[in-house]
Amino acid sequence: MKARPEIARGDGEPAEPPLLDVEGLRTRYPVRRPLAERIARRPRRWVQAVDGVSFSLRRGEMLALVGESGCGKTSAAQTILRMVDATGGTIRFEGRDITRSSQRRLRPLRRRIQMIYQDPYESLDPRFRVRHTVEEPMLVHGIGGSKRRRQEQILQALERAELSPAELFADRYPHELSGGQRQRVAIAASLVLDPVLLLADEPVSMLDVSVRAGVLSLLDNLRRDRTMGILMITHDLSTAAHFADRIAVMYLGRIVEQGPAREVVRNPQHPYTKALLSVVPNRDPLARSAPQILKGETPNPVEVPSGCRFRPRCPIAEERCRAIDPELRAPAARRAEGHDVACLLA
Amino acid sequence: MLEIRDLHVWFRLPDGGELHAVRGVSLDLAQGERFGLVGESGCGKTTTILALMGLLPPTAAVAGEVRINGQDILAGGEDSVRPHRWTDLAMVFQGAMNALNPVRKVVSQIAEPIELHGLGSAAAARKRADELLDMVGIPVAAGQRYPHEFSGGMRQRAAIAMALACRPKILLADEPTTALDVMVQAQILNLLVGLSQDFGLALVLVTHDLPVVAQVCERAAVMYAGEIVETGPMASLYHATSHPYTRLLFGATPDLYGDEAVTSIPGAPPRLDRPITGCPFRPRCDSAFDRCASEAPALRDVTSGHAAACHRNDLPAAERAARDAARSARSAAVEPAAGARTEADW
Amino acid sequence: MSNVVLDPGLAIEGAAVRSRAGFLRHVLLERKAATAGLGIIAFFVALAIASPLVAPYSTTAQTCAVFAAPSARHWFGCDDGGIDVLSEIIWGGRISLIIGFAATMISMVIGGGVGILSGYFGGWVDITLMRITDYLLVIPDLAFAMVIADVWGPSLLHVIFVIGILEWAATGRIIRAQVKSVKERVYIKRARSIGAGNGRIIFRHILPQVGPLLMANTVLTIAVAIYLETALAFLGLEDPTTTTWGTILEHAFERAAVSAGAWWAIVPDGIVITALIMGCFLLGQAIEDALNPRLKVAHLSIRRWSLRPLAGRGSDAI
Repeated sequence: MKARPEIARGDGEPAEPPLLDVEGLRTRYPVRRPLAERIARRPRRWVQAVDGVSFSLRRGEMLALVGESGCGKTSAAQTILRMVDATGGTIRFEGRDITRSSQRRLRPLRRRIQMIYQDPYESLDPRFRVRHTVEEPMLVHGIGGSKRRRQEQILQALERAELSPAELFADRYPHELSGGQRQRVAIAASLVLDPVLLLADEPVSMLDVSVRAGVLSLLDNLRRDRTMGILMITHDLSTAAHFADRIAVMYLGRIVEQGPAREVVRNPQHPYTKALLSVVPNRDPLARSAPQILKGETPNPVEVPSGCRFRPRCPIAEERCRAIDPELRAPAARRAEGHDVACLLA
Repeated sequence: MLEIRDLHVWFRLPDGGELHAVRGVSLDLAQGERFGLVGESGCGKTTTILALMGLLPPTAAVAGEVRINGQDILAGGEDSVRPHRWTDLAMVFQGAMNALNPVRKVVSQIAEPIELHGLGSAAAARKRADELLDMVGIPVAAGQRYPHEFSGGMRQRAAIAMALACRPKILLADEPTTALDVMVQAQILNLLVGLSQDFGLALVLVTHDLPVVAQVCERAAVMYAGEIVETGPMASLYHATSHPYTRLLFGATPDLYGDEAVTSIPGAPPRLDRPITGCPFRPRCDSAFDRCASEAPALRDVTSGHAAACHRNDLPAAERAARDAARSARSAAVEPAAGARTEADW
Repeated sequence: MSNVVLDPGLAIEGAAVRSRAGFLRHVLLERKAATAGLGIIAFFVALAIASPLVAPYSTTAQTCAVFAAPSARHWFGCDDGGIDVLSEIIWGGRISLIIGFAATMISMVIGGGVGILSGYFGGWVDITLMRITDYLLVIPDLAFAMVIADVWGPSLLHVIFVIGILEWAATGRIIRAQVKSVKERVYIKRARSIGAGNGRIIFRHILPQVGPLLMANTVLTIAVAIYLETALAFLGLEDPTTTTWGTILEHAFERAAVSAGAWWAIVPDGIVITALIMGCFLLGQAIEDALNPRLKVAHLSIRRWSLRPLAGRGSDAI
């Protein structure tokens, strides 16, 4: 039985500020305009990729940001990493507002926030040996001490990423490794910097089924052993249900439902979450569920529908959904602390 | 309708070696049946269906029989496959949705092969193209648009329509939903099931995603290292698994509501450019015994219609049970795998 | 229905390129054209280095009759001053190669630098540098070189600079395109998210990635530089006292070798120029082709997959 950090909300003073606290985050990108529009000097249009997202993440916790492509989950991560600038809201990291810090002041923070990318076949420089890939972050930040000391740390990081014997892997090139091994190298390269926040963007979706669980358990162990928080971005609800403490479901730039993983999966309150859960194929062929297939695809975030943004595809929408944009709040059928839904009818 | 007997594919490697990618695959397919071909990347599943289509590169050598309605289409090499390609057997390629010509309207891309195959005049081809669009759920008017105006799901539908142009009897689909979101995946799978039911189209679904096969296919074959290791009705594959690889593969797949641990399969598939002695899965198998090292197991019926290639199945039932008990005791002794959730854990 | 058929055999790991040295070795082993090209270049380089040893006669003193025909003692005959043509070609290759290589180095440094800066930083840097590149691309090489050489006066150094400055534009464009695509690769993004600065990303990640392309361009530019040198010399825009392959041609024409029937004063020289340029093209093209795997179009091949009888293969088939 593992000790789980309790999720304090409201009652009881939390001992420390959350590791990451995001409030009302907004990010937008300009839409590429066809030449004709540019000549006609039509106003620039924007894709509101992230449209008011709030959540917080504690040390030792894994939060899964779940949603379909185009829902803004990757943009949210990019904004938190400050690779893209936020147009609104605040990002607090260990209590400090980093929303508008200069790139120079961010540099020491880059050490503490690390990203794991989706495609392990692309995210490692093909010309770097494993050793150099893992060493590079130390060189960039001028840490790790002498060459000898760095070599020790490289091997330690590889061992921690469960690539053992580390000596065997250290001198290989990425193309000599399997996808799972590459992803572990990427994780090891993050670990040498002792990060406290790990953003994992679909960390296993490009890997073979047989090795996915291993990489996920590695992440799972990391946050349990260390004082690390993990924000996992995924479209796979089964994975989120198995490995995350909390799940936040995103739709069109907003979180529509958020809560303890078990509650979101077993007691979903938002019609979108319900539909999403119903179409996850069951591995038992006899348990054929009744998938509730929504028509169409996630609409273009350039033209967000009025009122509730899910309304046009919602099976239970009412007239008032057209007018009111619902906020995240406790649903009537709430069974657990921290389970919030953005639906007027829940 | 389709019989494959002892199909082999070899690839000549640039260094002079040879890679035995498909090693004696045999399977049958009835009209209107939905069959799944499952396995990790590199297990030969894609090569198998490319061989059926005769679409292998010049470095490939093929042996075996592929019979359609009793006629061996492989006997005369490329010349004897060509008349059947697209007319009897058609294929939706992996990533086909990204292979549409960006500067031509979707409908004319669907009409083109019909014309080229001499199945009708330009006008007739256009009419058939509209018919096909309707079949795959694309509004006929939308056919006048360009591929970039289509969403991923719509492009995949267009790719399916192209494959259906010459009224094939068998559709081979290679990872048709891998790059798609769950909701769109559900839509596409629905479409494929509908096509097979309405038009008696036999479907071979090649994927690494067991739950998808479980929900879509009636029968399936699990491939490993170029061989079929287990085949049978989907329900007995899941409920009466007779090969350790299949069992471990199911165990590596997270289930939305399941609480049991998700564990990856240690190790990697064997290299196919070298001879393999004994059972190819033995190095990764958790229940191998001495016989597995020396003797390659043959694919044998466990029950009628359900076959597996594992020496364990030759053991008396009592001994199998004893070994299973010992194995679970062993794995329990090791620290509990991550991802295993107890009630208190939630 | 056009579809790319991937070769699963190639998809197996290991087909990837390891290091630059490994890549070159791979190109040379795989492609006969590359081996031939490198052989030709190596031959001329060796000849240039060893010219004092291998040249049979002096290039300044008269050793035979004016326009003497090829003979056993003078294989390529003699020119208008009674100087052995073979010796002239051997010595001339030395200067021609120095000009070719030096000019190429200049143009590679400029072209590579401009391409990387332009592609990596984009924005106004890109716009400014690319406009300059555009001007150089549309200016007719030879006319421009003639003007410069004429203004500065004939000298070896000037010729090197003129060629160097003229030839980088195309390289700059090609490298820029490549950098633009490499820049978007995930591992570059990852390096940036780690906190790596621009210098580090350019030198450690991007330069090694565009290196082979730069190398291919270098080899191709050597050919162009040597050709341009020949042309400039032929037009009399080079120091007439130096012996290069270009000045040999110029002399021969000026002294009416053609009307004298002394083809040997021209043809052997022309052949070595052509041979070296061809060698450079063979090697450069081979590297370029190897860099672009899309050029290996298996499904358009005339050859097809083959059938193999299963009988008789016995147990080794499985």
